[in-house]
Amino acid sequence: MVSFTLNGTEKTFDGDPDTPLLWVIRDFEKLTGTKYGCGVAQCGACTVHLDGSPRRSCITPISMVEGSDVVTVEGISGAEADAVHKAWLALDVPQCGYCQSGQIMSAVALLQLTPKPSDEDIDGAMAGNICRCATYQRVRQAIKDAAGMMEG
Amino acid sequence: MSVSRLLFIAGLSAAVAAAAGLAAGVSAAQDHTAATLKPASDFEQITDKTARAVALFEEAGKVIQHPRCVNCHPAGDKPLQGMGMHPHQPPVARGEADIGMPGMMCGTCHGPANVDVVAQAETIKSIPGNPAWHLAPIEMAWEGRSLGQICEQIKDPARNGGKTLDEIVEHMAHDDLVGWGWDPGAGRESVPGTQEVFGELMRRWAADGAACPKA
Repeated sequence: MVSFTLNGTEKTFDGDPDTPLLWVIRDFEKLTGTKYGCGVAQCGACTVHLDGSPRRSCITPISMVEGSDVVTVEGISGAEADAVHKAWLALDVPQCGYCQSGQIMSAVALLQLTPKPSDEDIDGAMAGNICRCATYQRVRQAIKDAAGMMEG
Repeated sequence: MSVSRLLFIAGLSAAVAAAAGLAAGVSAAQDHTAATLKPASDFEQITDKTARAVALFEEAGKVIQHPRCVNCHPAGDKPLQGMGMHPHQPPVARGEADIGMPGMMCGTCHGPANVDVVAQAETIKSIPGNPAWHLAPIEMAWEGRSLGQICEQIKDPARNGGKTLDEIVEHMAHDDLVGWGWDPGAGRESVPGTQEVFGELMRRWAADGAACPKA
């Protein structure tokens, strides 16, 4: 039995301890905002926050989550999340949208760590989030806009 | 390189590169499986102490220069991957503390243990992990260096984290992240021998004067 919190709510999972966290989030908890992309931590679509840090849920066994706080795109909150939400809407960042949950989780984590990120900071934090619609320019601008909103 | 260009390239090539790179790693691994590590006792017949130390270090070099070790001792700011030592995908960077960039740390993907992946191609079996997963600091870069150069580097406190020779031997013999090389996870070739045999080679090398190969 694995115990953890998911978006602030206490949860338990008593299935196979090797079950990926992503499976638990989507198939058992029915939170489908977090996406399955590649399954091998190559694309970033499955990014969640594990104890406050971004983590690829597709390669995170649920056994590793014991006692941890998991936050998904449905539960992300705070000043950085609010700013990212507004900036994403204002720029209409997504195209097909499949990768955007992961993009947003990485962007929020970046702003939590680096409130006023440089291009290099953005490159470094977002390098693992692939977008096949190539929305990268809008992702970058939205992160900068979100940083500006927080500053102002 | 801009993030858009970087990620566009990554987007186009990630799946192919990952699959091809790992496939290459698997086929290269088959060429290395014969590698073994001789125990320190095999070198006792060498009577000249300096020559013996050099021979011991050359044997230990089978481990030190193995891609499994050098991949995380890169000469640049990005780790390498696989037996082919190709650039790491995704295109991560070491960051100021050698644990990645803020928002994209090593721990974003690498957990405290190797993780078997499910429902993947035969060429991708696991994601490596260790509680201390990180890059060796840049002053400890081994990529592109000869074994003799690495030997001198290992002995130099300015380039070995301020360690004494005894501490270097202890690190090689017992450090858990060094030990990962012998337990690198499914689908990944381990370094030759055992950490115990490797540690003894290093201990005897130090005891015999820690002489380095010329090249």
